[in-house]
Amino acid sequence: MPTYRPGPVSLILAVLVALFLLMPLLAVIPVSLTPSRMLTMPTGELSLRHYRSLIEDPRWLESILLSLRVGVVSSALSTVLALTFSLGVWMFQPRFTAALVGFVLLPMVVPPVVSAVTLYFLLTSVSGISSFFGYDTWLGVAMAHSVMTVPFATVLILVSLSQLDRRIDLAARGLGATVWERATRVIMPNIKFGIVTAALLSFVLSWEEIGVTLFITSVNAITLPRLMWMGLRDNIDPAIAALSVILIIITVLVLAVRSVVTRRQAAP
Amino acid sequence: MRGILSDRMGAALLMAPLLLFLIFAYAWPFLGVVKWSFTLPSPGLGQYHALLTDDLVQSVFIRTLRIAAIVTVVSVTAAYAITVVWVRGSPVQRVLAEFCILVPFWISVLTRAFGWVALLSNRGLINTWLQSIGFISEPLTLVRNEFGVIVGMSHFLIPFAVFPLASAMRSLDERVLLAARGLGSSRMRTFWTVFVPMTRSGIIGSAMITFVFSLGFFVTPAILGGGRSVMIAELIYLRIFQSPDWGLGAAISVVLVVFVGALMALLFRYVKPKQLV
Repeated sequence: MPTYRPGPVSLILAVLVALFLLMPLLAVIPVSLTPSRMLTMPTGELSLRHYRSLIEDPRWLESILLSLRVGVVSSALSTVLALTFSLGVWMFQPRFTAALVGFVLLPMVVPPVVSAVTLYFLLTSVSGISSFFGYDTWLGVAMAHSVMTVPFATVLILVSLSQLDRRIDLAARGLGATVWERATRVIMPNIKFGIVTAALLSFVLSWEEIGVTLFITSVNAITLPRLMWMGLRDNIDPAIAALSVILIIITVLVLAVRSVVTRRQAAP
Repeated sequence: MRGILSDRMGAALLMAPLLLFLIFAYAWPFLGVVKWSFTLPSPGLGQYHALLTDDLVQSVFIRTLRIAAIVTVVSVTAAYAITVVWVRGSPVQRVLAEFCILVPFWISVLTRAFGWVALLSNRGLINTWLQSIGFISEPLTLVRNEFGVIVGMSHFLIPFAVFPLASAMRSLDERVLLAARGLGSSRMRTFWTVFVPMTRSGIIGSAMITFVFSLGFFVTPAILGGGRSVMIAELIYLRIFQSPDWGLGAAISVVLVVFVGALMALLFRYVKPKQLV
């Protein structure tokens, strides 16, 4: 427990920053309740019409379903790839580990817009092969999202592996376990929290991804962020405010549950 | 001998899928982008020559550097203020500060940009309020300009700036602070002459991360700048989709990667990667 506490000046500044951080999230609430078709503050009466339009307009539902599908597939792919890679690194500690991990982390470090141009090149190049795969297809988007999320999944799994006691694995090995048995019956059960976190984070990152998605979709594969983007660029639709309120509430709930869970784990 | 051999095989088999995936889906297409920058629309160094001579491209580069610098100063300063409370506050203050840092962090860049539109637009919260109290008669132009871009980007980047600062402040030996106070130094003086210098690595790391992120920013400037203060990333987007000028878009991308790579190399000379998280 720190004995050196922040003084009044620090506290006032921190409160100002906190207000700045929360303000845009709070501002969408009144806008989502406006009866007007334009982006305005409600004057007097409130209306739920923009929440209703989320349900009634099929475009929103379609894009939500597409985003869910893309998120599940890309999260599964990036978690499996990150897991096998990390197990290889941890169990065998090959030479050039640092260089290999550095290569895997590139999509996280390179400016997203450059990754977007790169993935645009990839998907337009493979578009000719099949109409199910490539530019403006949901499988293409899922693959591109995997490229973007796999570094984050790898970091999380490597971190949980680094906290694992090597002697457990050595014991299993000494008792004659094969590589497969060591991985699936000794190591993976011990890092399952890290694996689940990696899968969840990959899903959330894919669900929110817009920078790359803008470059690789046009009319068919409209994910939820892409649809929001279109609404924000053209004429600002207050339905986006209603959607934002729902997304903010979900985020706050998930964070609250997470903090309760981690607190329970910390105090068994 | 057989054991060693199978170990190597095992490592190769486990690591291969991800490495092959990234070679196919990332390294190879990036080389393709580099190729575009030298071959479209005609082979040669024409696109790179254009980068050095084209007034529009140059003004966008300069604007991007200027906005990134301002955003870095704003974000690191604001992050410092809230991190002090997050790391060294009372238990209640710490929970509140953590909430204010993590909730925006997890909310998508689009929702956050939209929140700023709702606040700053002509009929948004701030203008409506200022007009209702009679402070202004005409709405202020707060968005679709550079001001809006700086506000939105700083808001996005403050949580990212917090983590290296928090790491530096956590590893600080607080007996030094107590010693300074015990020797009669005032709060302010302890802060400026002991606390801030001892968190220098955090400040450098935080500023570098913010600056590098700012350079490649796309969504926030595009929405809050309203096409009037275009930054590099949006310029790449416009070159590729509005005026199919893939060569120039590719060349700007290559320059951006080289520039960011050089900055990162510089960063790691001063800060260890472990200090950033």
